[in-house]
Amino acid sequence: MGLGQTIRNSQLWKSIFRHPAPLDRRNRIVVMLTNFFLHLHPVSIKKQGIALSYTWCMGGVTFFLFLVETVTGVLLMFYYRPTTEWAYRDIQNLADVTSLGIMRELHRWGAHAMVITVWLHMYRVFLTGSYKPPREFNWVVGVILLVLTLLLSFTGYLLPWDQLAIWAITVGSNMARATPLLGHEGPGQQLLTLGGVDLITNMSDARYVLLGAREVANETLNRFYVLHCIAIPLAVATLLAIHFWRVRKDGGISGPL
Amino acid sequence: MHGYDPAFEKAVAEFLGIYYLGLAALNAGAAYWLWQKLHKVRDAVVWLAVALGFVVLAAVSMGGAPWGLPHGLRELLNTIFTGNRGAVIFTLGSFALLVILFRFRRFFVRPRVAWTILNLSLLYLGLSMTSRPFWEIVAKPDNVPIVALAFLLGFFTWLATYKAVQNDERIKQGLPPLEKEDSEKVLVWPDLVYTELICMLALTAVLLFWAIFIKAPLEQPANRADTPNPSKAPWYFLGLQEMLVYYDPWMAGVVLPTFIILGLMAIPYIDFNKKGNGYYTIEERKFAYSMFQIGFLQLWVVLIILGTFLRGPNWNFFGPYEPWDAHKVLVLNNVNLSEYFWIDLMGMSVPEGILAREWLGIVLLIAYLFLLPPILAATIFRQFFIKMGFIRYMIMIQLLLWMLLLPIKMVLRWTINLKYIIAIPEWFFNF
Repeated sequence: MGLGQTIRNSQLWKSIFRHPAPLDRRNRIVVMLTNFFLHLHPVSIKKQGIALSYTWCMGGVTFFLFLVETVTGVLLMFYYRPTTEWAYRDIQNLADVTSLGIMRELHRWGAHAMVITVWLHMYRVFLTGSYKPPREFNWVVGVILLVLTLLLSFTGYLLPWDQLAIWAITVGSNMARATPLLGHEGPGQQLLTLGGVDLITNMSDARYVLLGAREVANETLNRFYVLHCIAIPLAVATLLAIHFWRVRKDGGISGPL
Repeated sequence: MHGYDPAFEKAVAEFLGIYYLGLAALNAGAAYWLWQKLHKVRDAVVWLAVALGFVVLAAVSMGGAPWGLPHGLRELLNTIFTGNRGAVIFTLGSFALLVILFRFRRFFVRPRVAWTILNLSLLYLGLSMTSRPFWEIVAKPDNVPIVALAFLLGFFTWLATYKAVQNDERIKQGLPPLEKEDSEKVLVWPDLVYTELICMLALTAVLLFWAIFIKAPLEQPANRADTPNPSKAPWYFLGLQEMLVYYDPWMAGVVLPTFIILGLMAIPYIDFNKKGNGYYTIEERKFAYSMFQIGFLQLWVVLIILGTFLRGPNWNFFGPYEPWDAHKVLVLNNVNLSEYFWIDLMGMSVPEGILAREWLGIVLLIAYLFLLPPILAATIFRQFFIKMGFIRYMIMIQLLLWMLLLPIKMVLRWTINLKYIIAIPEWFFNF
């Protein structure tokens, strides 16, 4: 009996993998049903449903990039302190001092790529009419995921705390100042008064809520850090689970009826 | 502006050497594939010759003096695409191009034609790189993904159109779409899981190469006192920043983005067409297809490319080879509709009261949003209205009208320098 055979017959191995290797038809079916990670997939699928020329693999690529961002992001969190005092220097040290500082490059380029692939995924789903019944609701979930992807990238943009970061966020968040009703320079904000006192000022409007201050400052950095590392990823992970589950429940990947 | 700079010349020459070698490999690969798999020897010879041409370009570049576009041509392009006129020509030109590509899609999807266009655009990109202003913007690390986006969108649009044209031809002959032919079932292990594994490995390799060869940028530490010019939002929001030229922030930054998101979500509920579900087709869903492409390609992606590469200091438009001069002044005398009406037409001064002053714009806007839908429902959208019902139709038409507000305002700005249709700065309500 060879070493491989001994390992595969050991109690330890068998406690993890409860069925033989997926080498024959029966075990190829069994593995899809018994493995936690694989059971996202169906057991069998129409050939056209996995043709790259049909799917472009863009949904899968986006999900993979989300995982890459999670892993590289966690590693970056070990080094990075989200305060105006340290943020810039920590990023600088990633390039100059830290081993595996390339995680920052992977994280940044992965983020750009994820924005592009999520758009391409939407593009493909539209062009194949895959949002049509019964998949309407999953398209809606997908649109929310697309918006969250942009917000993930937007909140991450601020963290290096360099000129590019604060001015891009300043330009991007200036618009919130003009939110109808809720921005202090937005149409209709005069309507929200209480006993003659303006409720919407530059200390209480939508932009202030977003930034935590009247301008992009230390509070903003903290706020964006929490959104970037915890709040939005949790929302994305939850919606991703629903998105994948609905693909299965709505009849698997789309194809001609 | 720029004198001779050895560091720049060297960087460009090195980059172009590798770039042209890559293009040579691409064409050689295509030639090999045509010869071995498709047995099209004549085509293979043509692309092999193109590959050799790129090898020559690579050798010249590595020699230190890469070829660029002729000076006269650059100047001509700069003259055409400059200032306020440049934005008009770029926006209208890209729209005309999309219309032509769509109208003659049967011709443009032919692999031979598409491959030629790809080669020409890559060659144009290479030849332009020797211009320093062009290089500094296109080769900026954060802009590389946008160049990639343009080519990826080009490729995938070609692929989808290629399949749609084939399917449309089949449907005309009474055959099912090509996707139907492959409805035989296969096991996910190994067919799908191995594809996924290979995709993951390939993507990891791409990301690693990207991360090794292009450093993530880090500018000077944040400084509130020093506003860079231009100040740009992150690239995926540059379409919105471009809208700021035409609309105030409450529209461009809040209302229109909200409509974009809600409109995208509404698509499955307003598209009542049951055909075209699960395969590529254009003929069976022409209206939905063209509206989406206008929204996505023209009003989103084209504006991002415009905002990234051609908008410089003070958000002025610059030609592709024009240095970004912060002192360039473009005179714009934009006029409100109320001023046109009261001063130019009536020969009076503008009245004091807000309603008296802005009544024409308000009437026009109300007519556009509330009178136009029933008129359209009774005329060109008659069939839609009958099939969709009142609520669905109203949602669809409102989304459509709000989307079209952007091109309408663009054209009004370009033609009669219109600033605001309704100008009520007292209420922060400029429209």
